[in-house]
Amino acid sequence: MSVPNNRPLVVFDKVSKRFGEFVAVKALNFSIDAGEFIAIMGPSGCGKTTTLRMLAGLEQPTEGTIRINDQLMNNVKPHERDTPMVWQSLALFPFLNARENVEFGLKMRNQDAATRRAKALDWLERLGVAEFAERNVETLSGGQRQRVALARSLVTEPRMLLLDEPLSALDAHLVIRMQSVLTRLQRELGITFVYVTHSQSEAFAMADRVVIMSNGEIAQTGLPRDIYREPASRFVAEFVGLNNIISGKVIGSTDGIVSVDSPIGRFTVGSVSAAGGQGGSSVYRTGDQVTFVIAADLVEVSRPQPQADNVVVCSLISEEFIGSVVTLFLETSDGTELKVQIQERELETLDHTSGGTFYLSWRQGNAHLLPS
Amino acid sequence: MNWLSWGLRGYTLLLFVFVFAPIFFSVIFSFNSARFPTIPLESFTFHWYQTIWSDPDVWTAVRNSVVVSFCTSIIATFLGFCTAYTDYRYNFRFKGAYLALVLLPPTIPLIIMALAMLAWFSKIGASGQLWSIIIAHSVLTAPFAMAICRLRLNQMDGDLEAAAWNLGASEWRSMREVIVPFCKPAIVSSLFLTAAVSFDEFAISWFVSGLNKTVPVLILEIVQGNIDPQVNAIGTFVFLVSMTLVIIAQLFFTLRHSKVL
Repeated sequence: MSVPNNRPLVVFDKVSKRFGEFVAVKALNFSIDAGEFIAIMGPSGCGKTTTLRMLAGLEQPTEGTIRINDQLMNNVKPHERDTPMVWQSLALFPFLNARENVEFGLKMRNQDAATRRAKALDWLERLGVAEFAERNVETLSGGQRQRVALARSLVTEPRMLLLDEPLSALDAHLVIRMQSVLTRLQRELGITFVYVTHSQSEAFAMADRVVIMSNGEIAQTGLPRDIYREPASRFVAEFVGLNNIISGKVIGSTDGIVSVDSPIGRFTVGSVSAAGGQGGSSVYRTGDQVTFVIAADLVEVSRPQPQADNVVVCSLISEEFIGSVVTLFLETSDGTELKVQIQERELETLDHTSGGTFYLSWRQGNAHLLPS
Repeated sequence: MNWLSWGLRGYTLLLFVFVFAPIFFSVIFSFNSARFPTIPLESFTFHWYQTIWSDPDVWTAVRNSVVVSFCTSIIATFLGFCTAYTDYRYNFRFKGAYLALVLLPPTIPLIIMALAMLAWFSKIGASGQLWSIIIAHSVLTAPFAMAICRLRLNQMDGDLEAAAWNLGASEWRSMREVIVPFCKPAIVSSLFLTAAVSFDEFAISWFVSGLNKTVPVLILEIVQGNIDPQVNAIGTFVFLVSMTLVIIAQLFFTLRHSKVL
C-alpha cells in the first residue's frame, strides 16, 4: 500500500449534509487510518448511512471536505472512485449469474474476458462459493449471496471496502459466521473496512474502532471496550449495552471519589476512569448535578443484605430470559427501574419466584461518571 | 366446488364465447366455398386464401402494415422506455403535468386523434406517407410502452444502479449494462405489444395513409365494395398475426423473472 503510515486514509473535515430542511450530518470531523476496521454505529436516521454514501460519492457534502489518500473527493463521481460497497440489499444484478456479478467491476475496468473469469472464480473460491459460480444469484441462499456480494466488491482489490449493514438480512447463526469471515478477510487483505451498522454486537465483535453517531453528529469514538465501559454521554450509555443511569447531586468529593445523593440512595463513584480519561475529582464540586452509569452486568443481586456500599433495595418486576444470561427488571420503592444481568445458573440460588426484597449492589470502581 | 365458483366459470365461458364467436365464424367462413356467409356450410376450400395470395394489393398492404408496425414498435418502445426511466430516476417541477401529457394519447378518441393528425400532417405537408402513419402510431402506442417499462423499473432494487456506478460504471455504461438488461423482458414485451396495436389500428391509418394502405384499411375497402369472403381470409390472417404478437408480449411480460433472457 502506498499510503504513508502517518497519514490517515480518509479525512472528513467539517462535513455537513442537508436534504432540504433536514440535516443528515452535522459538521463531521473524523479520520480513518489505512488498514483499520472501523464501525459507524447509531440508531436509524443518525446519519451513518449518509456518511458512508458520501464516502462512496453517492451523496455530495453540502459543506466541508472529504479527502481520501490526501485527494479532495467532493466532486469525484462514484464510478471514478475506488470505494466498492457491500449493500444492505446486496444489490446483486439479477440478470447475471454469480460469476458474472463478480466480474462486473473488472468488466467496467475493461479487463479481458479470460482475466476477468480467472479473478472472479478465484474470489468465489476464496469465499467458498465457487461451486455456485454459474448459478443464478436469485437461486442462492442469503449467506451465499452475501459471499458473492463480498467477492464482487473485493475482486478489484480496493484499498477500502464500504459495508452498509450487510448482515442485517441474515439469520442470527449466519451473522456470527459472516462476522468471522469478514474479520479474517480484513486481516488477510490489510485493507480498510468501513462498516455501518445499528447492531452493537456486530460493531463490537469486528471493529478495531467504533464511531457512535446520533442526530448527525459523532457521540463517541473509541475502542469497543472503552465505549462499552465508559460511555461519554447519556445517549451512548442508553444506546450501548444495558446500563442503569442514575442522576443526583454531589455531596462531597475526596481523593477521586465522588459521593452522590440520588433519589434512590447515596452512592460513591470513582471520578477517574480506568483509562485515565475523565479528569480529576476537582471537577466535581458539592452541589453539582451529576449522572453516573452502572452497567447491568456489573450489578450484584442478593437476598440477604450485603455488607457493602452502594446498595439499593428493590422488588423484582420481571425477568427476561435470553439464554445463558438473564435480565432482571427491578424497581425501587420510588418507582425507579433498575436492570441487572446475571448468569442463568445464578438465578436459581436467588429463589427469585417467591417475591420479597432484593438487594442490588456494585463496587464503587465499576460505576462510571458521565462527563458533565 | 360451490355454486358461486361454477357461476363464475360459466360467466367467464360466456364472456369468451361472446368475444370470440364472431372471429370464430369469420375463420370458418374463410374456408367455406359459398359466396355468402350462410349456414349450412358448403364445401371446404382454400379458394379465398388463393385469391388474396395472388392479389398484389393485399401484398402491398401487408408489406405496409409490417413496415409500419415494425418501425412503430421500435420508436414507441424507445420513447416509452426513456419516459419511464425519466419518471423512475428524476424528480422535477411539473413532473405530474409531464406524465399526464405523456399518458394522454390513449384517452383521446381515436377518430379525434386521427382527424387532428390528418390536419396537422397536411399542414406540414407530411400526409399520405408511410412514415406519417408511423409517427401517428408511435404517438398512440408510446404510452403503452411507457407503462410496461415503468412497471418493470418498479421491480428494480433501488440500489442496483448505484451499485453499478460504485463498481466503476459511468451513468451511460450502467444504463447499458444494468438498466437495459434488467428491463429487457419489458422492452421485448413492449416491442410486440406496440407492434400488435399498430398492426390492428384502423382509424388513424385510414385518415393518414393516403395511398399507402395498411391491412385494416384494405379490409374496409373490400367490405365497402361488396361482401367478399376473402375478407374472412384476410381477417383470419390479421387475427393470427396480432394474437401471436400479443401472446408473445404477454409471455415476456409475465415471465419477466425468467433468466432465460
